[in-house]
Amino acid sequence: MLPALIFRNAFRHKLRSLLTLLGLTVAILAFGLLSTVVEAWYAGAEGASSARLVVRNSISLVFPLPLTYRQKIRQIDGVRAITTANWFGGIYKEPKNFFPQFAVEASTYLDLYPEFVLSEAEHKDFLHDRQGAVIGEKLAATYGIKLGDTMTLKGTIFPGQWAFVVRGIYRGRDAKTDVSQMFFHWDYLNETMKVRAPRRANTVGVYVVEVADPTRVAEISRVIDGEFGNSYAETLTETEKAFQLGFVSMTEAIVVAIRLVSYLVIFIILAVMANTMAMTVRERTAEYATLKALGFGPPFVMLLIYGESLAIAALGGGIGIALTFPVATAFAKAMGTLFPVFVVSAKTVWLQACCALAVGLISALFPARSAARVNIVDGLRSIG
Amino acid sequence: MPVPLAYSLRNLWTRKLTTALTAGGMALVVFVFAAVLMLDEGLKKTLVDTGEPDNVVVTRRASGTEVQSGVERAAAAIVESLPQVALGEGGARQVSKELVVLISLNKRESDKPANVIIRGVAPMGLTLRPQVKIVAGRMFRPGSNEIVAGRSIAERFAHTGLGESVRFGGREWVVVGIFDAAKSGFDSEIWGDVDQLMPAFRRPVYSSLIFRLNDVSGFAAVQNSIESDQRLTLEAKRERQFYADQSEALSTFIRILGMSLSVIFSIGAVIGAMITMYAAVANRTGEIGTLRALGFRRASILAAFLLESLFLALLGGLLGLFIASFMQLLTISTMNWQSFAELAFRFTLTAAIVAKSLGFALLMGLVGGFFPALRAARLNIVDALRAV
Amino acid sequence: MSAPLVSLRDIVKGYRRGQQVVPVLTGISFDIAAGEFLALMGPSGSGKSTLLNLIAGIDRPDTGELIVAGERIGTLQEAELADWRARHVGFIFQFYNLMPVLSALENVELPLLLKDMSHRERRERGELALSMVGLADRMDHAPSELSGGQQQRVAIARALITDPTLIVADEPTGDLDRESASDVLRLMQRLNDEIGKTIIMVTHDSRAAEYAHAIMHLEKGELSGREAVR
Repeated sequence: MLPALIFRNAFRHKLRSLLTLLGLTVAILAFGLLSTVVEAWYAGAEGASSARLVVRNSISLVFPLPLTYRQKIRQIDGVRAITTANWFGGIYKEPKNFFPQFAVEASTYLDLYPEFVLSEAEHKDFLHDRQGAVIGEKLAATYGIKLGDTMTLKGTIFPGQWAFVVRGIYRGRDAKTDVSQMFFHWDYLNETMKVRAPRRANTVGVYVVEVADPTRVAEISRVIDGEFGNSYAETLTETEKAFQLGFVSMTEAIVVAIRLVSYLVIFIILAVMANTMAMTVRERTAEYATLKALGFGPPFVMLLIYGESLAIAALGGGIGIALTFPVATAFAKAMGTLFPVFVVSAKTVWLQACCALAVGLISALFPARSAARVNIVDGLRSIG
Repeated sequence: MPVPLAYSLRNLWTRKLTTALTAGGMALVVFVFAAVLMLDEGLKKTLVDTGEPDNVVVTRRASGTEVQSGVERAAAAIVESLPQVALGEGGARQVSKELVVLISLNKRESDKPANVIIRGVAPMGLTLRPQVKIVAGRMFRPGSNEIVAGRSIAERFAHTGLGESVRFGGREWVVVGIFDAAKSGFDSEIWGDVDQLMPAFRRPVYSSLIFRLNDVSGFAAVQNSIESDQRLTLEAKRERQFYADQSEALSTFIRILGMSLSVIFSIGAVIGAMITMYAAVANRTGEIGTLRALGFRRASILAAFLLESLFLALLGGLLGLFIASFMQLLTISTMNWQSFAELAFRFTLTAAIVAKSLGFALLMGLVGGFFPALRAARLNIVDALRAV
Repeated sequence: MSAPLVSLRDIVKGYRRGQQVVPVLTGISFDIAAGEFLALMGPSGSGKSTLLNLIAGIDRPDTGELIVAGERIGTLQEAELADWRARHVGFIFQFYNLMPVLSALENVELPLLLKDMSHRERRERGELALSMVGLADRMDHAPSELSGGQQQRVAIARALITDPTLIVADEPTGDLDRESASDVLRLMQRLNDEIGKTIIMVTHDSRAAEYAHAIMHLEKGELSGREAVR
């Protein structure tokens, strides 16, 4: 009978229950979406390797490194493989179509990035065409680009119009792999720059280094930096993960703000729920007094109220969680390539459930207490 | 005759907890709404203020930002000699050829890195930015390894305070002064002598050129001269426009995200108001019947309940604004995606934002209170009286 | 002579109204025997409901001795008092006080939740109680689907189901029309005559009082003597 009492009371006022459910659903949904946005922000760093090192100019990424460093770094003990990458920063059709573009050492790049899966044939085609480019499948899907298509980028750092032929489309080995990147031959970039702006030729953005033993990353990083200390271009070497996290921390303020706001929405719905429960309990004072007169103790009355609050919270939370998945998918589509990975994680669902539970419990706290304490005689007299 | 105002107000006061919770929910929503507007305003202020109406910024075509741009010495000389460039004391051309690069510095408390703009300026550079004033120490001496840091940087980044020194380009650079740039973007920069910084960074070309127009209306002409000159691959923008364009992505992002969140959150608050007002109507059915029997019209009942809802919303709106106003004490700093550089800005409250926020609150109150008020107005007198 | 079912000695009870304490009962003493059907009458504010509340164990006297069904209930703790009520008292309220979300049968079964009983046994007892008040055919109806008189009869079935030692009724016919009122009163009389239930009823309706064995008047906190009716 207890479950019957709880559930039927929860939906006694159809309109009120419906509105409360709606509010909860929207709040939990919003919370889930915002959590997913925060996780997507860190996704790049999450998927980064701890066995790959990034070597950059210690002043900032804006400054390049000389090509001559390659040999020296390769010879350092513990370095198994090396490749180079230059951030290109071009515009594809419109500035808002943002995706990473790199000019890389084509012969070695894919060896250091085994998570980019490319067919043998496409890999060969890419290597043979100096103007060729390889793009991720998400990029291909978002802009409808197929093998053999020409992509034209408007250079910002490297001025002029740049045309590339798509020779390969790579897949991601893992779920978190970024499949929205584009890379092409550094040779093509360099040859063109030798003509357009010779001073800027033969420079590299970063070196990407693979170490044989991941436990030695800190030591090898120090050795690399020590090699070029006091030289014309001092280096800073860190793991790829640290490198990516560095970027995230630069926009940390925004991430923190989004996180705070996601909890704010829970507080808003808590205020609404607490109000609903307070009003509901007050209206039923006579009923609780009757139960107490009949011999039911305060715990029973409290159980009724907590049960009702939790029933609504569970239902609203459940619907909100269920809706998060399709809404996240739609959102990811609308965002295009801005977030390479946009997936609702188990952790987010867990947090959503906890929030729903907390809202159910806290909003019942004071009403349950006052109902349990109601003086029978006064309670019977009240009209609500 | 209208139902007395006191009726609506008194009822809110009687049910204090409900009023507090409902207004509280609304306050939180208005807080978010106002905070977003304040952030956008602060961002705009920082960037738009980073610019004089009669200054022009010249960069390489399609480079987007000064950091990505490169202006050859020869090209700079051509621009410098254009007739629209203002002349200052002693006939000196009011032009500053500048180098803008990013260096990675660690924040003081968190030790996390961020990209900070270092701007090599010519002596004229300070003159062209009248809002920049040295507030501690002194300006750097040309020809030395001295630099000055913007207030925002000196406070938050290691080694950038007065007397401290930063190492880059193989040399130590001493901070001899702190400048205040009236909350414009320059507050987040470090300045030094361009002729010292260029060799230090091994940059033989400038990043940009800033000059003052001798006549504000001469912009179109000089822009045409620069952009149609075959020898140059440059573009010119008014300084204000240049910096505004640089933050467009960030600004748009904040605005869209903020507004969507406000709308979503407002659903919660409106639902809260609806639940409260429906309950109010249900609890006071007898009263309503009595009022109707006494001669008050349906419209007056509708107005009375709608007013109650609006008062709730106003209360929430004022509370939300009050809390939001404290955000003005915070400084936000983040990387501007377009320039890749650290940018600090504040929340700025304006009269327009106050008006918009209160308007938003009242709108929530109107939407939330309308249907309950309608129900109250539609009650049948006899049924209502019987419910007593 | 067997011990009285209810025994009050020098009962004093007052209520706090802001700063003041308003005295309601100022030294009541009397007995009620088992099997009696007693009506308590008096003007509004006389304290008759207060007196009933004390006897029913939902309020405590300020001073005085109160023994009901062999228990000094004036000094029991909250939890013990609740258990005592569950065992010994059946309630009939003026506004029926049924749970709106439960059916008639579920309302009647409600007090049995406090006892260790199987679902089936509860249901059997509930159906039995409802048939005793003549509403077996309405057992799945919600209170909102029943008339005032029918609701009160459901309430009586609920009051009976635990086989309590005494039944207290506060203005049981206050909200009923004449016909339903006499139905309810006749039912109460039958319960008293046929099963021997002790009933204490507070009422302001002298016609209702005539269904009882005896009437006592309460005025300004003082009881008049017993006035036999039948």
